[in-house]
Amino acid sequence: MDVPGMIQGLQREFPSLSWSEFRGQVRVWVGRDGLFRLLQRLKEGHGFDMLADITCVDYLYYPDKKPGRFGLVYVLSNTQTNQRIVVRTFLEEPELVAPSVTPLWEAANWLEREVWDMFGIRFAGHPDLRRILLPEDFASHPLRKDYPLQGLGERNNFPVIRRAES
Amino acid sequence: MALDLPDNVLITKLDAIANWCRKYSLWPMPFATACCGIELMATGASRNDIARFGAEVFRFSPRQADLMIVAGRVPIKMMPVLQRIWLQMHEPKWCISMGACASSGGVFDTYAVVQGIDRFIPVDIYVPGCPPRPEQLIQAIVDLQEKIQREGTVMGREFEYPDRQRPPLALRPEGRAGPPGIIAGPPPEEGPYS
Repeated sequence: MDVPGMIQGLQREFPSLSWSEFRGQVRVWVGRDGLFRLLQRLKEGHGFDMLADITCVDYLYYPDKKPGRFGLVYVLSNTQTNQRIVVRTFLEEPELVAPSVTPLWEAANWLEREVWDMFGIRFAGHPDLRRILLPEDFASHPLRKDYPLQGLGERNNFPVIRRAES
Repeated sequence: MALDLPDNVLITKLDAIANWCRKYSLWPMPFATACCGIELMATGASRNDIARFGAEVFRFSPRQADLMIVAGRVPIKMMPVLQRIWLQMHEPKWCISMGACASSGGVFDTYAVVQGIDRFIPVDIYVPGCPPRPEQLIQAIVDLQEKIQREGTVMGREFEYPDRQRPPLALRPEGRAGPPGIIAGPPPEEGPYS
């Protein structure tokens, strides 16, 4: 893959795009508005046909200032050339909404549900945005950095069954 | 009172013989959620052979079992399942909390893991270890047999309370610490059975 050539082509279409490379790993930053179109272009124009992962990072207590509190991370893979590319975008409260990429990859369905479950980021256009790991009545998003490790008492909120009553 | 009995007739209490029958025919329900389940399987396998103590009939239906062995950590999503299974078991029934996680949460002091099942269901025997060796689980079963022989009654009087005919506390509104999904107050310092 001709990375600089590909990036230059992308930068003509997405002026806000920046990128870096470290030991062959290519990372691309893009604004939220161009996110879906960039991913679509990478899939349809550059052969990144597999969505390996969607995850998120909470930079709440991070020492360096970031453009937003949450960094959304998409890991794409090209199954023909085995190349990978990481696409990142930043989201700031209170607008924690990203476009769903389920129209591009079916795999995004559960991955976006997991990001919603753990970080509380909504995905516009997702067909079924429910919690996937935690109980449905769970009220928090526990991978946020302001959520205490031991929880807010959820693990103690169960009825007590005593010996005489069971 | 002198009784003229033949040599092959014994006199005992009905409670004692019922306990004797119960303690040597424990049917375990393996609630194995983690690595303790592997040791539980090893306990049932040929080398350790839990059948020597009459407890080899593992039943995966709670309605056919009378000993629940909780082997492994119980997360918050599994706790309602555990309680439901416990309520589905028939009397007489007992519970062994196997391993550090089931007994206290173990190293998993996180939001998702219940810090000891004895906070929410009754436990008869605790087995320490991470995971416990099969010998420890066998010792727990032997201890439970002793407890059954010592405490049991044929009519289950040891379990009787005045409100026994009411629905279980878990099914009554006051049984919940708070409405579902809403966090009620600070956590208790200690569970009711800890």
